[in-house]
Amino acid sequence: MSWKPTSNQETRLLRAKMNRDIREFFYQRNVLEVETPALSQAGNTDPFIQSFQTPSLSLGIALDRYLHTSPEYPMKRLLAAGSGDIYQLCKVWRKEESGKNHNPEFTLLEWYRIGFSTKELMLEVSELLHFLLAPLLPSLSQNNKMISYEQLFLEKFELNPHIANQEALQKLQKLINTFIPSLNTADLDHQAMLDALLTHCIEPDFDKDGLTFVYDYPASQSALAKINKRDDNTQVAMRFEVYLGQSELGNGYQEETNYQRNCSILQNENTQRKQIGLAQVTQDKHFLEAAKRGIPESAGVAIGLDRVLMLMADVDSIQKVINFPWDVA
Amino acid sequence: MATYNTSEFKNGLKFIMDGDPYTIVDNELVKPGKGQAFNRVKIRNLKTGRTIDKTWKSGEKVEAADVMEVDMEYLYEDGEFWHFMEPTTFEQHGAGEAAVEDVKHWLKAQETYIVTLWNGAPLTISPPNFVELQITECDPGVAGNTAQGATKPAIVETGAQIKVPLFVEEGEMVKIDTRTGEYISRVKDS
Repeated sequence: MSWKPTSNQETRLLRAKMNRDIREFFYQRNVLEVETPALSQAGNTDPFIQSFQTPSLSLGIALDRYLHTSPEYPMKRLLAAGSGDIYQLCKVWRKEESGKNHNPEFTLLEWYRIGFSTKELMLEVSELLHFLLAPLLPSLSQNNKMISYEQLFLEKFELNPHIANQEALQKLQKLINTFIPSLNTADLDHQAMLDALLTHCIEPDFDKDGLTFVYDYPASQSALAKINKRDDNTQVAMRFEVYLGQSELGNGYQEETNYQRNCSILQNENTQRKQIGLAQVTQDKHFLEAAKRGIPESAGVAIGLDRVLMLMADVDSIQKVINFPWDVA
Repeated sequence: MATYNTSEFKNGLKFIMDGDPYTIVDNELVKPGKGQAFNRVKIRNLKTGRTIDKTWKSGEKVEAADVMEVDMEYLYEDGEFWHFMEPTTFEQHGAGEAAVEDVKHWLKAQETYIVTLWNGAPLTISPPNFVELQITECDPGVAGNTAQGATKPAIVETGAQIKVPLFVEEGEMVKIDTRTGEYISRVKDS
């Protein structure tokens, strides 16, 4: 049994420098560092993210608490309480996410900017990532690629991802049988097939020396982002993802501020959970109460810092930048 | 019937697919930020040795395979089975032709081999990387001939045909790499 860390001293120095640089970056911009609970009475309802639960007591009554999968709900409560621009560096936990690019316990940087559009926030994400990465990656391109989710599928497969009719489903099935023949399409819905093609066929084409921003996701993938109804009547989620090469680094939203829609998102996610046989998750009533009170118009983003560190240290597995990853934690 | 969820996948995990036992060589979780995750996995068929790529929707299950790798001593062949013994329990296992096919020319009594058992029966045999075997047949050695690369055919005690340098004599012990079948060196008399 090996007691030793799987990282080396160089990556520990890089992590310490990265954390210091991040704090300096936000200090310069007057964004306030905050802390929120890691162990909460409510959990993330997203059917594709699973929380760890731990037994607890409340006034003598057994009550499970959830380890947070991101600090989104309580940070929005701070926004509603008038905190202004805020950021947080914290550990988060996602059950069942393990692999070369995933450790179930990982470090997230999440921040919110009041009055920002996703376009402005994408620019700030780019500034931060260039600030952190450029000194270590001389080949990093100054030019970012900005492309919509729709354009990705049109360019690669001449397929409009926002149309989910019978013809589109058949075309998706055919594409998967051609490009990912070992994947069984029988129980994949329209969105899951898009997810498969994006991760297996489109992401590998991303520029390995430059940032790629993908924006305007299908409305079904909005999570807590606003929906925009375009001129052609297509609804898109005002969300973006940022990549360097194939490595997905972060995920940003134009935050939904409408109370009713925030309620129905959490409700719908639990309904979806039921349909796929997953346990119901306690909805965050404190968050919804804050949404009722009024979350200011804002944009927010979360960046996986272990992935950023992998790029800085030029290593191919997340276990090499975490001192004691899951299997030896 | 034991099953493994894709979230339990890790290198070396053994499972059954389409009736054959497989082992996981490489496992990667891919996830598009939000939405459906997939496991992109490289798996090796333990029967054929072939490695293939496979993608599962995360959350799916596979049937666990009762596969174990055990160090065993080779005993003898009786024309139908090749017999191996677990050195601690003295339990014996007979391996059929299919299991020993690739290695039967490297089987020497009392040597230790890795026997992969599937449901308790030998599935494949892996020889050690290097074995020391006696030359049973080759042309007489040419004294002083150490010309680079010059070789002659020879047969060793287990029946394998190899190429040896010209100076090697019948009856000598030689060290052989079983992965390539190449002669490495003479073994000095002790």
